[in-house]
Amino acid sequence: MNDFELPNFALALPEMFLLGMTCLVLIVDLFLNEKNRVFTYLLAQLTLLGAVVITYYQAGIVSEISFTGSFIRDEMGDILKIFIYIITAVVFLYSRDYLRDRQQFKGEFYALGLFGVLGMMIMVSAHSFLTIYLGLELLSLSLYTMVALNRDSEASAEAAMKYFVLGAIASGMLLYGMSMIYGATGSLDIAEIGSYINENGISEDGKINIVLSFGLVFIVVGLAFKLGAVPFHMWVPDIYEGAQTPVTLYLGAAPKLAAFAMIMRILVEGMQPLVADWQMMLTALAVLSLAVGNIIAIAQTNMKRMLAYSTISHVGFLLLGIIAGNEDGYSASMFYVLIYALTSIGAFGMIILLSRSGFEADKLEDFKGLNERSRWYAFMMLLIMFSMAGVPPTVGFFAKLWVIKAVLDVDMAWLAISAVLFSVIGAYYYIRIIKLMYFDKAVDKAPIKAAVDMQFVISTNGLLMLVLGLFPGALVAVCQSVIN
Amino acid sequence: MLFGLDILSTLIWLPIIGGLVVLAAGEKRARILSLIVAVATFLFSFTLYTQFDMTTAAMQFTELHAWIPAFNINYQLGVDGISMPLIILTSFTTVLVILSAWEVIKKKPDQYMAAFLIMEGVMIGVFSSMDAILFYVFWEAMLIPMFLIIGVWGGPNRVYATIKFFLYTFLGSVLMLVALIYMGLKEDSFSILAFHTLPLTITEQIYIFLAFLLAFAVKVPMWPVHTWLPDAHVEAPTGGSVILAAIMLKIGGYGFLRFSLPITPDASSTLDWLIITLSLIAIVYIGFVALAQKDMKKLIAYSSIAHMGFVTLGFFLVFMIIENTGSANGAAMGVEGGIVQMISHGFISAAMFLCVGVLYDRMHSREMGDYGGVANTMPIFAAFMVFFAMANAGLPGTSGFVGEFMVILNSFKANFWIAFLAATTLILGAAYTLWMVKRVVYGEVANEKVEALEDLNAREFFILGVLASAVLFFGLYPAPLTEILHSSVNHLLQHISVSKL
Repeated sequence: MNDFELPNFALALPEMFLLGMTCLVLIVDLFLNEKNRVFTYLLAQLTLLGAVVITYYQAGIVSEISFTGSFIRDEMGDILKIFIYIITAVVFLYSRDYLRDRQQFKGEFYALGLFGVLGMMIMVSAHSFLTIYLGLELLSLSLYTMVALNRDSEASAEAAMKYFVLGAIASGMLLYGMSMIYGATGSLDIAEIGSYINENGISEDGKINIVLSFGLVFIVVGLAFKLGAVPFHMWVPDIYEGAQTPVTLYLGAAPKLAAFAMIMRILVEGMQPLVADWQMMLTALAVLSLAVGNIIAIAQTNMKRMLAYSTISHVGFLLLGIIAGNEDGYSASMFYVLIYALTSIGAFGMIILLSRSGFEADKLEDFKGLNERSRWYAFMMLLIMFSMAGVPPTVGFFAKLWVIKAVLDVDMAWLAISAVLFSVIGAYYYIRIIKLMYFDKAVDKAPIKAAVDMQFVISTNGLLMLVLGLFPGALVAVCQSVIN
Repeated sequence: MLFGLDILSTLIWLPIIGGLVVLAAGEKRARILSLIVAVATFLFSFTLYTQFDMTTAAMQFTELHAWIPAFNINYQLGVDGISMPLIILTSFTTVLVILSAWEVIKKKPDQYMAAFLIMEGVMIGVFSSMDAILFYVFWEAMLIPMFLIIGVWGGPNRVYATIKFFLYTFLGSVLMLVALIYMGLKEDSFSILAFHTLPLTITEQIYIFLAFLLAFAVKVPMWPVHTWLPDAHVEAPTGGSVILAAIMLKIGGYGFLRFSLPITPDASSTLDWLIITLSLIAIVYIGFVALAQKDMKKLIAYSSIAHMGFVTLGFFLVFMIIENTGSANGAAMGVEGGIVQMISHGFISAAMFLCVGVLYDRMHSREMGDYGGVANTMPIFAAFMVFFAMANAGLPGTSGFVGEFMVILNSFKANFWIAFLAATTLILGAAYTLWMVKRVVYGEVANEKVEALEDLNAREFFILGVLASAVLFFGLYPAPLTEILHSSVNHLLQHISVSKL
């Protein structure tokens, strides 16, 4: 590309809008006192709403690439972005009263959260290794800071430090892998890397270029770190437990969508010809994640830590679809990650709902006797837990059904069987929560108080598990059409 | 047609929506509302009987709507002679369960009633699904209300029992899910009828058969995966035990007829020795185990396992009979006997658990040692209990006799020794049931608590009376039931006598 082409800025309109608005949030927040802080919150929600509208109107079937090949707008990206906005908006809403009760209701939470969203959007829309890396770092830096926001808490500080150090190592791995791929292929553009590997990556006797395979290993390690797949999962429980619940809520949901997009861009679009190699590595990661996540979760007494291990096991399921290595599998993974994000914000939202000033509700026993205290919320949590366990008629069942179908379709029956067996082990710790809520007597009898909008959204969130479980057809069709 | 829905859909969704209404209405109106819903469903389920065409083996009352078009999963319903009686049994039993809980359940009666109504709809869904994934959704969804019923309203050790129940059944069924998806991918459809004609190699058949076996064996339950049942029964509230014994166990038997036999006929024929052995162990060994029980509910639970052994025995003798006699016609009696046994056990076990429930409500004990001489203070109740005990032991003239007799008669065609072992149940069954009756009902009044017992009230009399009439009716005149079964069973046997290889 010798001639300078003016990039098509319109393609990146949602990103530019978000960036502008985030800077506005930062500035407006400077002039607000504690009482008026709610304007920062409203402005952040408005920003996300605007982004939804722009992305929705911009969406189209044809993929468009611009900024000299480093940015792509396609259907998959549009859907993922819209979900990222919505999930983040719900996270902001759940967090508002929690933060206000603890004198933590600061503009920084929202500004950093929005910057994180921008990072995720860039990851989703990246079409070159460099853009992916930039997006990832923007997201990661926001997350490190958000974990540390509760600066008086030692646990948070420790979590932030761990997260930063381990996250930096992971980024280093990823960058190192990318540089090797660049060395082997001479390009950072994902499409160009793809076509180069297709032509020259594998020699005629079936051996792959050694530099490529080294690069691939480092990239997979980096991705596994970011996803929290075993054996690169050690940071997940500590950070989930150490961070304040709203931050855990934030980092457990939407970033998973971005991570899925990153896998799609790097492994699938960039290195599809090496599918046999990364399939093998991901299989090991998936089986280990399913085993470790599900088994260790049983031993937890802290709800957030338990959900962290549950996340690890869900990452194992998510990888199953990618392992299948075909379009059906990728759609299954996308469906899985969307459903997982929705379920996960529901579960953390319930922790926030039960907690109040001076009381965190993050122990398992804090859920004791919830059915006596509030039948409605106990029922919502029941739906969320059964969805996590994958018991029909909740939507979690269909998420698992599809990834299992995808691996069976490529004749990996043993993988499907081990996945379902581990999900039985997993069912134990989810139904234990239900046991606590329904079968035990309430210790804490305080009434559950929440703002009307929070009550409404968390109820919708819980009911969605059932409604999507009864009518999963539309979302399935969307996931199928955007991947093809 | 009701509210524009077809019959089967109405039967599924009426109780589920009714259950939600009961939940919304709150504790005060829960009882009467749920009774209305249950009775309406029961009456409505009779239209299945009146409009049923007994001459055909094809699915009737069929419904077909696209559900998840991307995977070719449909909302497909239909019943034949095998599933139709089970649906009526379900709606019938639910009415009795609602009645039996009337005064007894004081803690959150609305949630209790709603759980049973929702479960009724889901179980009818299991029997009428003609799409494998729809079947699986109902199959698993059934666990949720039962899990809560045992856990919330159960006895002292309820948490252990209910988690064991949940995990056992869940473990059993996930492999079936893998098998269903595998076939769905091969067939590119999840229609159960399409699976029946799907060609499969013997290796595939054996794996699929084993996956099904695990799922259904846990549900039936067959020895050695039966251990959850005594725990669940003992801890469950009366209504839970009734539904568990009367309907849920039958779902396992139904699964063998709907899935294992027609989908994997060759594997069934190769591995029939396995099922026959397990069934005989259940009949003989579990019979002895039942003899040793001190807890009445446990005794009935073990007796259920032994009786369900007859069901599976009847189903899987088919292949030996075909080999010995050269035709499938002779085998029909065994399968029909198994189904009759399922229906009859539905009445008898329900009645037995309700009898124990009547005693438990008064004395709060299920230990036989705490009773003795109940007949002196509760003569009417004693008459019922003795009658049901006789039926449980297979006394001619009661429905318990019909199924057992048909299966034993048929097993002579297969092998004398199988028939011999199966017939030991006549002695064992009589031994453990009558011994229980002796210790509980007869003899001197054991203590002042028994002395203070009051006889049945009108509600209890009505429940037991209805069940007694049903037991007697099907014992004296089983033809209405067997007529419904004929064409479907013959069709099934025609189908499985042709190899898929």
